[in-house]
Amino acid sequence: MSAPPEIEVADLTAEGLGYRVESAELLREVSLSLRAGEVTGILGPNGSGKSTLLRVLIGALPPSAGLLRLDGTDARELSRRTRAQAMAFVEQEAHAEITLSARDVVLLGRIPHRGPFGGDSPADLALAQECLTRSGAAQLADRDFATLSGGERQRVQLARALAQQPRLLLLDEPTNHLDVAAQLAMLALVREVADAGTGVLMALHDLAHAAHACDQVLVLHQGEVAAAGAPADVLTPDLIARVYGVRAEWVTGRTGRTLLFTAL
Amino acid sequence: MTSPGTTRTDRRTSEDRRSAPVREEGVAPALAAPAPTDTRPPTPTPGRGSLGLWILLGLGLLLGSVLIALTIGPAAITPADVLGSAWHHSLTWLAERGVPITPAENPLTTIRDAIVWQGRAPRLLTATCVGAGLALCGAVMQAITRNPLADPYLLGVSSGAALGAVAVLLLGVAIALPIAAFAGALLALGATLALAGIGGRLTPARTILAGIAVAQACSALVSFVIFSTAQGDSYREIINWLMGSLAAAAWTSVAISGAAVVIIGALVLAHGRSLDAFAFGDTAATSLGVHVPRTRWLLLTLTALLTGALVSVSGSIGFVGLVLPHVVRLLVGARHVRLLPLAALGGAIFLVWADTGARTIFEPSEVPVGILTAAIGAPVFAWLLLRNRGAS
Repeated sequence: MSAPPEIEVADLTAEGLGYRVESAELLREVSLSLRAGEVTGILGPNGSGKSTLLRVLIGALPPSAGLLRLDGTDARELSRRTRAQAMAFVEQEAHAEITLSARDVVLLGRIPHRGPFGGDSPADLALAQECLTRSGAAQLADRDFATLSGGERQRVQLARALAQQPRLLLLDEPTNHLDVAAQLAMLALVREVADAGTGVLMALHDLAHAAHACDQVLVLHQGEVAAAGAPADVLTPDLIARVYGVRAEWVTGRTGRTLLFTAL
Repeated sequence: MTSPGTTRTDRRTSEDRRSAPVREEGVAPALAAPAPTDTRPPTPTPGRGSLGLWILLGLGLLLGSVLIALTIGPAAITPADVLGSAWHHSLTWLAERGVPITPAENPLTTIRDAIVWQGRAPRLLTATCVGAGLALCGAVMQAITRNPLADPYLLGVSSGAALGAVAVLLLGVAIALPIAAFAGALLALGATLALAGIGGRLTPARTILAGIAVAQACSALVSFVIFSTAQGDSYREIINWLMGSLAAAAWTSVAISGAAVVIIGALVLAHGRSLDAFAFGDTAATSLGVHVPRTRWLLLTLTALLTGALVSVSGSIGFVGLVLPHVVRLLVGARHVRLLPLAALGGAIFLVWADTGARTIFEPSEVPVGILTAAIGAPVFAWLLLRNRGAS
């Protein structure tokens, strides 16, 4: 490998990560690495630990085992602020008790980059507008976030995450509750973000979407990694039967390949 | 595209994406998106004016309110008299310290001078500090518990302070009332945090429930002591205190509440942006770089200390800390860098007028200001509820 070593180091690596609550082991021996420009999908049935893994990675839950490195540094040695400058997270569903405009929500993304006092700088406001535009939500800027539809909220939250100017973007089921068109639009947006140099890690339910949208996938099963690698290699009927307990078949139609499922 | 070397095919097939130019600072600008066409020039906080203007307006209103309120009461005194008298006292103070100036004449008689400077002024300044502090604490509590019904007394602080107060007023414990009340508030705070933190993380729900438990326990004790010992004047005195009153405010009250508001208020204001991060919950706040447990402990403790100091001089004045943050949020939005200072100013102005009403509306007797704040606050709160019905 001729690449210089600092580029060899992945932006985020997890080695043997575990998370337990009392006796329940929710994650065990999870290892992964994320790089700039790559889209990685986390797959797995409900309760397999996808959201837990994302929460451990962003530091909202403390790992009970293993090591997390950001740019080669043990994440425990980094301040929350430093981590937030490098990594942004979009939750599955977010709602606020207070009234915030979409622009206000996007400006939250500047918190890790600004001191405690003072309002929004002109640069922050311009960046917020730019991020709203990138995520296709420019026209929503002055709307009350609480009145937006699910797809619109997801776009605004993505804009907020972009305003954080992260090198890594973590998304928890970004296509959840979206109609088909909005799902595809969201995945296309994710690809654009990755093409601009951001590493993306997202939990997904739809295996066919994952196959199209991700460069690599990680399949979780009962808190452990069942398989990892390129989607075409990983998402085999055997693995899907083992992890999800359904019969799966790849079919090729005129618009591309997709999966068909039937109960075992 | 702005990132060369990362087309889809080579990302999937080759290793050379690793040597692709790695972004220098976060995401590359405006992903192929041309300059947005429909964007108006971004304004600082759309349609709601700048923070500086709001603060100037609030300070002006507050100063004007205090000056006018100083002249309201049975003894007719004009604002000019008040200013003249203040000028006289300032010059006298300087002259006494050897500055070679001749003090101006005091336009007020000795009695009127005392009414203004020993009666009304310390009382109004205490109202200013207590109102500002309560509204500030309320705004912070609502943010860190993510509960719009939170108020400064949520952690049982006021009930603990009441316990301290009955100990002095009814049981004859020989320490100063503010000290006893503050000690009671600290005990209640400690009990609440200990109860909420036992065997788990300090979550908003656990904190609120623990606060309710502690408040109820303290209230039962207070009621029992009042029921079994209070009679005549002491009964009236303790009820006055429990409902919240500034009638006993003196310059020491100004010193206590003022110092608490200035010191703790500054520390709290420094967390404005962190409080914004709590809008979408703990996980979102963490992902925005906020150390959630540490920030929550710190702010809960700071606001409880401030509340304890305020309650120790005024008793538990209700509704200011609950309603004022909501009203100010309607005016200036929910971002805390704006909300916190303006809620403090709003609370100060509100309590100045509420207390002026409390001492003059039923002349010659006066009512505890807590009755008045509740009488004003309850309908305002009901209106806020009705207003929000559509939104949720």
